[in-house]
Amino acid sequence: MQKAILGKKIGMTQVFADKGVVVPVTVIEAGPCTVTQVKTNDTDGYTAIQVAFEPVRESRINKPEKGHFKRCNVKPHRFLREFRLANATEYKVGQAITAATFTAGEYVDVTGTSKGKGFTGGIQRWGFSRGPMTHGSKYHRGPGSQNSRASARTFPGRKMPGQHGRLRRTVQNLRIVRIDVERNLILIKGAIPGPKGSLVTIKDSVKA
Amino acid sequence: MEVIKSIEMMQLRADIPNFKPGDAVRVHVKVVEGARERIQVFEGTVIARHGGSVRETFTVRRISYGVGVERIFPVHSPRIERIEVMRRGRVRRAKLYYLRSLTGKAARIRDAR
Repeated sequence: MQKAILGKKIGMTQVFADKGVVVPVTVIEAGPCTVTQVKTNDTDGYTAIQVAFEPVRESRINKPEKGHFKRCNVKPHRFLREFRLANATEYKVGQAITAATFTAGEYVDVTGTSKGKGFTGGIQRWGFSRGPMTHGSKYHRGPGSQNSRASARTFPGRKMPGQHGRLRRTVQNLRIVRIDVERNLILIKGAIPGPKGSLVTIKDSVKA
Repeated sequence: MEVIKSIEMMQLRADIPNFKPGDAVRVHVKVVEGARERIQVFEGTVIARHGGSVRETFTVRRISYGVGVERIFPVHSPRIERIEVMRRGRVRRAKLYYLRSLTGKAARIRDAR
């Protein structure tokens, strides 16, 4: 990982790319992030940078956070996240990371928290098939058999009803269609996890 | 929301004439053939306008060699050279899908006054 940035998902729309092709895009307000700490092998045993995103009033953060921001001389921010970048030592505390870090045409991975669907059955969560709703059937949307009778138990990992969504998810290999440096906007082709307004992480693609 | 709106507004075309379902139009489309580009004209009746802002599309229907052909164009596409409105039609609904089951004289649309 060479570069990364935090952003807020704004929503989806479409743009006309060159030759007039319609491209579906997700708009992300990315950065500006501020480096608040550089972790090195000597001090922390690994290398990483810690960045802050989305400024907030001082009353919105707690005392330990206040002390941390004061120490690195950065205004209070809502989010603090760590990136284990290969070139972490090249960053300095207080340095800004903006949308200009990325360029159009580049491929990125986007991580976010997917939309929560609550406790759902096997049909919505795993795509199970449904039983007949009529013709005397009493088996409609159930999960089916848990295992064979001979096994005498349910093996771990069996797909069952439960919490669906609201999980950390990464979508790989998305192309950056356009970048608006002035407004800190990154337009990425395709959909990304999470509702509008949620925090997302954009990293250079591991597959590119 | 404001951001999305501004991104969409930037791409809107001001040179698109007003036209409605029921109108007869001539759409001049840029077509790429190998290396060169030329203009192709698609003439027919607008039977629907769908969506809003940059996402808006319109459907044009024509009868070509006895076969009904429909093409859907994005209203603000840069591939559209221009749109000519040939005739204004008087229709009583927004989507003229009923024209698909009509042929000949029955599929005519009255001119707007």
